[in-house]
Amino acid sequence: MSRISEVVKQARTAFQSGRTRPLQFRIRQLEALRRMIKERGQDISSALAADLRKNEWASYNEEMVYVLEELEHMIQKLPEWAADEPVVKTPQTQQDEPYIHSEPLGVVLIIGTWNYPFNLVVQPMVGAIAAGNAVVLKPSELSENMANLLATIIPQYLDKDLYPVINGGVSETTELLKERFDHILYTGSTAVGKIVMTAAAKHLTPVTLELGGKSPCYVDKDCDLDVACRRIAWGKFMNSGQTCVAPDYLLCDPSIQNQIVEKLKKSLKEFYGEDAKKSHDYGRIINARHFQRVMSLIKGQKVAHGGTGEEASRYIAPTILTDVDPQSPVMQEEIFGPVLPIMCVHSLEEAIQFINQRKKPLALYVFSSNDKVIKKMIAETSSGGVTANDVIVHITLHSLPFGGVGHSGMGAYHGKKSFETFSHRRSCLLRSLQNDEAHKARYPPSPAKMPRY
Amino acid sequence: MSNKCATKGADPEPMLGTEPFEDTVQRLREAFKSGRTRPAAFREEQLEALGRFLREKQELLYEALAQDLQKSPLNSDISEIILCQNEVDLALKNLKTWMKDKPASNNLLTKLDSAFTRKEPLGLVLIIAPWNYPVNLTLVPLIGAIAAGNCVILKPPEISKRIEKVLTEVLPQYLDQSCFAVVPGGPEESQKMLQHKFDHIFFTGSARVGKIVMAAAAKHLTPVTLELGGKNPCYVDDNCDPQTVANRLAWFRYFNTGQTCVAPDYVLCSQEMQERLVPALQNAITRFYGDDPRSSPDLGRIISQRHFKRLHELLSCGRVVIGGQSDEDDLYIAPTVLVDVQETEQVMQEEVFGPILPLMTVRSLDEAIDFINRQEKALALYVFSNDSKVVNQVLDQTSSGNFGGNDGFLYMTLPSLPFGGVGKSGMGRYHGKFSFDTFSNHRACLLAPSGLEKLNEVRYPPYSYQAQKFLRWAMRSHSCTLL
Repeated sequence: MSRISEVVKQARTAFQSGRTRPLQFRIRQLEALRRMIKERGQDISSALAADLRKNEWASYNEEMVYVLEELEHMIQKLPEWAADEPVVKTPQTQQDEPYIHSEPLGVVLIIGTWNYPFNLVVQPMVGAIAAGNAVVLKPSELSENMANLLATIIPQYLDKDLYPVINGGVSETTELLKERFDHILYTGSTAVGKIVMTAAAKHLTPVTLELGGKSPCYVDKDCDLDVACRRIAWGKFMNSGQTCVAPDYLLCDPSIQNQIVEKLKKSLKEFYGEDAKKSHDYGRIINARHFQRVMSLIKGQKVAHGGTGEEASRYIAPTILTDVDPQSPVMQEEIFGPVLPIMCVHSLEEAIQFINQRKKPLALYVFSSNDKVIKKMIAETSSGGVTANDVIVHITLHSLPFGGVGHSGMGAYHGKKSFETFSHRRSCLLRSLQNDEAHKARYPPSPAKMPRY
Repeated sequence: MSNKCATKGADPEPMLGTEPFEDTVQRLREAFKSGRTRPAAFREEQLEALGRFLREKQELLYEALAQDLQKSPLNSDISEIILCQNEVDLALKNLKTWMKDKPASNNLLTKLDSAFTRKEPLGLVLIIAPWNYPVNLTLVPLIGAIAAGNCVILKPPEISKRIEKVLTEVLPQYLDQSCFAVVPGGPEESQKMLQHKFDHIFFTGSARVGKIVMAAAAKHLTPVTLELGGKNPCYVDDNCDPQTVANRLAWFRYFNTGQTCVAPDYVLCSQEMQERLVPALQNAITRFYGDDPRSSPDLGRIISQRHFKRLHELLSCGRVVIGGQSDEDDLYIAPTVLVDVQETEQVMQEEVFGPILPLMTVRSLDEAIDFINRQEKALALYVFSNDSKVVNQVLDQTSSGNFGGNDGFLYMTLPSLPFGGVGKSGMGRYHGKFSFDTFSNHRACLLAPSGLEKLNEVRYPPYSYQAQKFLRWAMRSHSCTLL
């Protein structure tokens, strides 16, 4: 048996021992996870700095803090969420007890990704642990430092058999996907999402796929452009554009395009100074391949700002493109980099049509002071989530499910939704053995006599 | 299938000719894009039409169900037609509530915003239905898909031929045919259908085909609901009245000639209990079906030759203590009970799905639980005991899609309970509001105000010395989101 098979088998045996069933056990594991983050915060930051040039601020406020919040919330709410949920009875079941009983699924696989390599592995894990599962973690190999760190610190704080970390590249992941799990949560690309779901189908394993797409951002003529551009610049260029819910491209009326460019430039200067390369707060591209990919998207485009890059440090300047042709490569794939194309549309309807001609995105943004514009944009499009008049923040609420639709994914998590995703909600109906006479009516022979066909 | 839209009091002629499947898909997608299915009024109209179909074509449905499965009108009513009517009524009554945005609880920083989940249609849904409860298992998912605002392609079961005909030719007359299509076909046609992209696929059937459906869906990243099956264990404790248990067990086992995905598949009990249960089961069977079950109008027939042959072979497993008679020409199998059954025998290796109940003896509750846990998770699990501790122990130490304590699959009649499997018995759930939720996109929405930008200041770079100081403080004390 391969090492991977053994590790998974061990996790399953550990699950079958029943020790994850008591809530106290799960809460202790969650508390240990919380301790891990607080005690090893420096190590986590260092790994993020090494992988993505994230500074301490970003490490805390863009990754760790959400996991801490999720942990707090989960620890507090677990007894309530794990309790049996009585449901409405029918006239025939007035004397009975119908309810929904939450149970663990078994062994959950969480496949992480490299852009928020701590958060996107550990935040789902919180829900999986809370629901009483064993959890196999497969961090992304592209964020190597984080992968190695997690393999070291998780076993130091959590149950070693129940929560193993498996590292490796494509071949290890392929091998891992041959194993049988009770749920797989995958964060990453659409292409690999299909591979994960196909592998899961062989075992009839349910999946949650957190994928991506091109998240559109519509800027109405009627809005406070200073505020809008500031918020857009913040969300777009955070982590050097490598955020699945970053505004991918802008749609606006040609009459405000220049203003938008100017205000974006102003915000960028405020955030990162004249030369973003010198700013401690500006990230780097994860690797050479992605660097080249993003740089090639800029080729041949009308560059209003930035447009340069340095291969050695994998730095790409915050870049704004104008009058972008919808057929060009930068509009064909998720950019996942610090390049913001602006496309001109002449009306809200045209913007909506443009959006609807494309695959359903993970997020959609609309900036307007006019409520009607916002309502219409939401009503006539679809996406995993929406923030109006800001970007990204809808995913920071644990009371909102985080997930995609269509090509941007299926299933969701965060907060209570996490607990539900990783649980089996078992419908139960309990009645008494007494008083069978009350049920006499249902037993044959039936009153209606119908000729046999 | 013509492009005509059905109106009330529609042309009663059956639809003839077949539109290429690609064209049907294209046409329905365009109808969805046009926004037709979005307004509550449209959805209500379709649901009301479904209600009318059930009322006006009730005799036709009885006849078809009797022809295909020898269902009695009572069976047809309680397991198909009335259940569908109830779901239609529930959807009509609650549609507007279900469609409402669901507010999210706001935290400190979002008290100024509006956060909610918006339920939206997914688009084009494919529903593939099986033959055993062909009206129920076609229409109940359809009700949910319509309520959620989708366009739907229905593939009715091809084995139950008369029902297939009714669903293909009569049902569309009641619905807006620009948005809903019924496309008949066998396994080959299903395979071709599955190559297309849908926004959700709802499949009821075997695990073997479930895997094929999910693999096909994976190519398009289409979410699926799979209602599969399995061997539903039934533990009978010593502490119970054997006759009451036998009544309930027999009723749920032999209903619909055993062709029920949630029927008790096999019994685990002690040797002593088995000796009391067998005569009690005989009493129950005689009471329900008379001395000659074959002439009882309440006992149906096996759906096809193929299934008859499959079940006939199971009659040679273990030892027949009740029933065992069969007649191939009539597709008849008597209500049968087997004992002395080995785990390795065929009857314990595949889902029975027929009127044959194997009893296996165990020496203790723990042994029963171990046995159950060695098998795949089933769609249902049953425990009969006067002792609630026993019932709860089995519940806590096993898993299954659904669970019945001291009765069979009555939980199916509660729309407040989600119905679905786990592991090899399936994924996803439906019934009542759960159907609506299954066929909806739950879109997380946050409306942030334009003003109050001051509150956001702290999240913007550059991150100063003050900010770093605050950061260190925040890390050591309780966490706090600044975004």
